[in-house]
Amino acid sequence: MNRMWAIVEREMRKFFRSPVLMIMSMMLPIVQLIILGNAYGGKIRGTHVAIVDHDGGPQAVKVREACDAVTANIATFKTIDYADDRTAREDVRTGKLDAAIIIPPQYSRRVYAQDAPRLGLVVDNSDQFTSGSIEDEVQSLIDALNAPVIQAPIVKTIALEVVELYPYVSYMKFLLAGSCALAMYISVMIGGGMLYIDDKARGVHEGYLVTPISKLELVMGLNIAGAIKAVLSGLSLTVIGSLMAGLGTIFHPMQMLELLVLIVGISIAFNGMMFLMMVRVDDPLVPRAMFGVLNTLLFFPSGAVYPIFAFPKWLQGIAIVDPFTYAIHGFKSILLKDGGFVAIQYDLLFLFAFGIGALLIATPLFKRTL
Amino acid sequence: MTERAPTNPSQPVSARNGNGKPAQMAMAVENIVKRYGTFEAVKGVSFNVAEGEIFGLLGPNGAGKSTLIRMMTTLIPVTSGRATVAGFDVSKDPDAVRRVIGVIPQALTSDPDLTVEENLAIYAKLYSVPRTEREKNIAEVLEAVDLTKWRGAPTKTLSGGMRRRLEIARGLVHNPHIFFLDEPTTGLDPVSRIAVWEMLNKLKSNRNLTMLLTTHYMEEADKLCDRIAIVDHGNLVAIGTPSELKRGVPGANVVEVHFDRDTEEWRARLEKLTGVTSVQPESAGFYRVLTSSGSQTTMELVELAASLGETVTSLSVQNTTLDDVFVHYTGRQLRDEQVKPMMASWAMLQRPGDQR
Repeated sequence: MNRMWAIVEREMRKFFRSPVLMIMSMMLPIVQLIILGNAYGGKIRGTHVAIVDHDGGPQAVKVREACDAVTANIATFKTIDYADDRTAREDVRTGKLDAAIIIPPQYSRRVYAQDAPRLGLVVDNSDQFTSGSIEDEVQSLIDALNAPVIQAPIVKTIALEVVELYPYVSYMKFLLAGSCALAMYISVMIGGGMLYIDDKARGVHEGYLVTPISKLELVMGLNIAGAIKAVLSGLSLTVIGSLMAGLGTIFHPMQMLELLVLIVGISIAFNGMMFLMMVRVDDPLVPRAMFGVLNTLLFFPSGAVYPIFAFPKWLQGIAIVDPFTYAIHGFKSILLKDGGFVAIQYDLLFLFAFGIGALLIATPLFKRTL
Repeated sequence: MTERAPTNPSQPVSARNGNGKPAQMAMAVENIVKRYGTFEAVKGVSFNVAEGEIFGLLGPNGAGKSTLIRMMTTLIPVTSGRATVAGFDVSKDPDAVRRVIGVIPQALTSDPDLTVEENLAIYAKLYSVPRTEREKNIAEVLEAVDLTKWRGAPTKTLSGGMRRRLEIARGLVHNPHIFFLDEPTTGLDPVSRIAVWEMLNKLKSNRNLTMLLTTHYMEEADKLCDRIAIVDHGNLVAIGTPSELKRGVPGANVVEVHFDRDTEEWRARLEKLTGVTSVQPESAGFYRVLTSSGSQTTMELVELAASLGETVTSLSVQNTTLDDVFVHYTGRQLRDEQVKPMMASWAMLQRPGDQR
């Protein structure tokens, strides 16, 4: 066992002597957290919507006043008057406008006559986020116009009462789980993948192989060191990211304990996976070439940036066997929901089983000779 | 050491001690073969190395020296044949072999990010040197390689020669009986090379080490080795002491001559001189002439040149060197190194900060 710890000691001395690995493993997740966290999840504001009023009646004025209220308050769009709908449609098509509301002739009369009054909305649906937001806003505006002026004493329609369990979760908070897992993945990729192959290529492993160290001691030494590095990266990013996202989790000892156990599980799973992939690789270019592919293949299907339920079946299949999925779920359960060990028990089970299973497969594949 | 004629390389050779009596064997290699697919890197090599001996494996690039040393240090499996080190079979009892050997690989593999002492301490732990002995051993080996004052220095700040000495110290930190060195002075400047030679000689006498080293520096083999085996194309082509090998080459002297004007006839003319055994054209007008009588050949050569009205711009006579032995046994043909399949992808650019 002393030999195994000698390998761990060597790896950790190198790690602390050169902080590059730590910095590099946290650089991308932090930048991603800052940029994506601020870029996504905000409300759409300041779009340009044309109003083409062919009616000019009192009900058309009510529509225009409702639009002005949107402009003055939530500011999803500001209105521009257009004389004809053809020009408005062309300007939407060419990107000068984001949408156009068409008030047809006889609109007011049809409203008073309750004769199927209709408003037109032309949207640029090449941008689903913006068009969806304008549609939602105009729909809520129409719902308000449809509401009776005097409410009936007995409500006959079905109402939905939504109860939000947690305070508002900004996109940065939502993304934090993914960033923590990504930092650990990069640490494992560099510390357990690239440096492992580089050491092999530089003959460092040849130096180990002429000593009486056993295959198991060598495998365990390399993996324990890799897991410790990933734990340190994970903990560092969890603390830094929580402070940036405004989460107080790190100030609660019990949640920190849960996070520590989860991070250890993730480290073992990621490290086992990486060691299994690299166990027979000799070319230093391979882990570098695999970095981007693996990142896309494992990170994006995990639910870190978009819900898994929205994926097609084949992508959900990848998510089921992807350790990232369980890492993200575990992080969200603790960071956003304070769910305790009950909420992460299956994540922990998968992560530890995955990591140990990968190491059990990798150990016989590891060559004790060159 | 008793001088003998070079032995038939196809037979295992028993080493002898200083009295000419059979010595106890530190290593015995019997008909060892290494095959990669259809390529045979080592083709049935046999030799013995006596305790306390420095044994050199000499050969051109790709001859199979490193493959041979890797099999003996348990780094690669033996395809067939048998090799024992300190009485332990490298195939059947590799762990026992690893405990008694120290290995200095061709590349500098000490960790540049760690200090000299840390590098040694890690390896002492890998060899399970007890904590009580560890400090003492590290101090001793640092003293032996003259790196005591660099004990706390980061390895990346050491020069190439110092790093090579650190590698040697690392290989000795567990007090091995047998030391393997794969091209220990490759890449070193002449001064560092001589320092390493002196150190290895000192270590041999102080620690009673048996050493097996590979090299393609003739001078190194001549100065360091008690016996030399010449390996080429995976075969052992000659074995003996440096003197034996030199005597085995036809021609006791080498005459080096440079003519002002080169003509095609010179080679034939030189071959006809008395005592000449071979003529090697080196470059335009420059010839190395192996002869059994250096003085006679020189006189005839000068007379011949004068009679033909040719000018000799330089002329020297010297004894046969290991260079001549090497060329005699391995030929003069340039060869590309056959890269072993498992090493094909191991070449790597030097990393920033790497002091290799």
